[in-house]
Amino acid sequence: MEAAFYTASVIAIAATILTITRSNAIHALLYLIVSLLAISVVFYTLGAPFVAVLEVIIYAGAIMVLFIFVVMMLNLGQRAAALERRWQTPAIWTGPTILSALLLAEVVYLLVRGAGGETAASVVEPKQVAMVLFSKYLIGVELASMLLLAGMAGAYHLGAQQRRKKEVQHATGADEGRAGAGGDLVHTRTGGSAGAP
Amino acid sequence: MTSPFPFASIFGILFAALIIAGGLPWVERRVLALFQDRYGPNRVGPFGVLQTLADAIKMFAKEDWVPPFADRAVFVIAPAVLMVTVLLSFAIIPAAPGIIVDDLNIGVLFFLGMSSLGVYSIVLAGWSSDNKYALLGAMRGAAQMLSYEVFMGLSIMGTVLLAGSFDLVKIVEAQRGLWFVVPQFAGFMLFLIAGLAETRRIPFDLPEAESELIAGYHAEYSGMKFGLFFVGEYLGITLISSIITTLFLGGWLGPWLPPVVWFLIKTSASIAFFILLRAALPRPRFDQLMALGWKLMLPLALINLLATGAAVLAWSF
Amino acid sequence: MFSILSTIWRVFLHMFSRRVTVQYPEQKPYLAPRYRGRIILSRDAEGGERCVACYLCAVACPVDCIALQAAEDAAGRRYPEFFRINFSRCIFCGYCEDACPTYAIQLTPDFEMGEFHRQNLVYEKQDLLIDGEGKYPGYNFWKVAGVAIGGKAKGEAAREAPPTDVNSLMP
Repeated sequence: MEAAFYTASVIAIAATILTITRSNAIHALLYLIVSLLAISVVFYTLGAPFVAVLEVIIYAGAIMVLFIFVVMMLNLGQRAAALERRWQTPAIWTGPTILSALLLAEVVYLLVRGAGGETAASVVEPKQVAMVLFSKYLIGVELASMLLLAGMAGAYHLGAQQRRKKEVQHATGADEGRAGAGGDLVHTRTGGSAGAP
Repeated sequence: MTSPFPFASIFGILFAALIIAGGLPWVERRVLALFQDRYGPNRVGPFGVLQTLADAIKMFAKEDWVPPFADRAVFVIAPAVLMVTVLLSFAIIPAAPGIIVDDLNIGVLFFLGMSSLGVYSIVLAGWSSDNKYALLGAMRGAAQMLSYEVFMGLSIMGTVLLAGSFDLVKIVEAQRGLWFVVPQFAGFMLFLIAGLAETRRIPFDLPEAESELIAGYHAEYSGMKFGLFFVGEYLGITLISSIITTLFLGGWLGPWLPPVVWFLIKTSASIAFFILLRAALPRPRFDQLMALGWKLMLPLALINLLATGAAVLAWSF
Repeated sequence: MFSILSTIWRVFLHMFSRRVTVQYPEQKPYLAPRYRGRIILSRDAEGGERCVACYLCAVACPVDCIALQAAEDAAGRRYPEFFRINFSRCIFCGYCEDACPTYAIQLTPDFEMGEFHRQNLVYEKQDLLIDGEGKYPGYNFWKVAGVAIGGKAKGEAAREAPPTDVNSLMP
């Protein structure tokens, strides 16, 4: 179990580093997915299979698909990758790197100093998670659900508005097109068609 | 947690799944022919049984071509993702007491997680092909599978509530008195439709719709990479059928015959029903598909879950 | 919703209906004697070629798949020196058979003439000529035509009067 834990952790760190350094957006996202999967394995080795699977379903399976979906739609080509490469100057990445290195040093220090053998102390059942969520952290769950409800209402509002506008535009566009064609669907330059007023 | 003979179970289930998936193309073509008053492949071997073998040899002999404009690494990974996710899902299916790879206490969620990862193979295949039809197929696949996953999970939760566990073995044991297809008929129907959409079978095969998108996300694939998609689809059908059997049709439970035989009979019946749907139903338009998913299926799944929860609560008092 | 279910049920019932497939190589369909298949050249009852190389079939052919060269033997009978049909062009319309004045060219109820090489679909005279009389037994053009050939002078054909001597005054 410990070997699995450390392997997954190394994979997660490596994949995250690769996520940051890739210039191709899709490749970066793929590494991010690998990193999320590795983190889910870490959760599993720590005795939280429920959280591990939720990580796979929600983060890797749903949210990242939406990310990839959007990036795919944007159709970033070679030019975007070149631009990305130009932007990644040392001046940009030194600051975050130093901060991350400090964090890493801290983690390493904790691992070396601490007992470290805390993996899989006890398996947490889904039922326990639910009990804790709906008793101790009830306020948090309710707040999160309110936030999601607000998000859903907002998304619906935006979508409905967009759709109404588009419908109006379509209608007028079609009318204008027809008027320009002399009321006929088939536009004849020579005129003389029976439908022309 | 694991079965007494882990390696025997792993290889047994792996080989069974692969053999069933390998034989399915032939079975499907024969059964489809039966529904359409034809014979289907009946030349290679007795009753054409070796047709799949002949097809496999043909596929191996074909040129394994990667288009020069494709994103090579992603293009190669995509079909493997499909196979890996589907085959991993077979790990949690109890074919009989003791014949299971890993009796996870979150088996249902593991299945949902793997099926949600399966979307990547389609999205990545479509994107890396750098072909507009493949991209359109990938878009459709991503949207379709994401939306149908939502109520697929919700439709299963009714059985989970009744059994009181995410563990598939416990769910089967809970059906000793009554199969869950009776109290959870709405959930069963919803899961069937969602399963069709997840496996991209014919009423919902919009990602590959050959009449409009040629072959959709695998338009650029040839040789054994296409073969992986092909086998992956049939593995997916087998997987969904065995999940339906486990969750709603009482798994291995049944009188007289050995448990494995019962499991196989129920799974085969479910697969046959999938084939019947393919023979009978036309493909909906894409907006109809999305509207069906979000405007009809999702509310129904929520109502089903609420009603089941209320019933379970009332029963426990 | 109901229509979907009824569709599924009806398709299911098709499981029990008869299959319409004809298992071809084992189970051959009946072909009428006048079926327009493979083209042959027939012989008359005496074993002579019926074809008189009149070119009418080549002219009638809408896809120009027939080629031949007329020749005449020592007895005065016309015959094709070569007779070539390109079956990769032929559309089996049967116009050549209609045009033929001697019943030589005939279409037969045989369609199994697939080849792996296109060149093999060009049939020469030895491929086309059969030893039988085909659909019209007993007919011999030279026996009814008023043409003089070796062994048969003018006026000796069936249902033919001797030629009138136009230089004579006698009726």
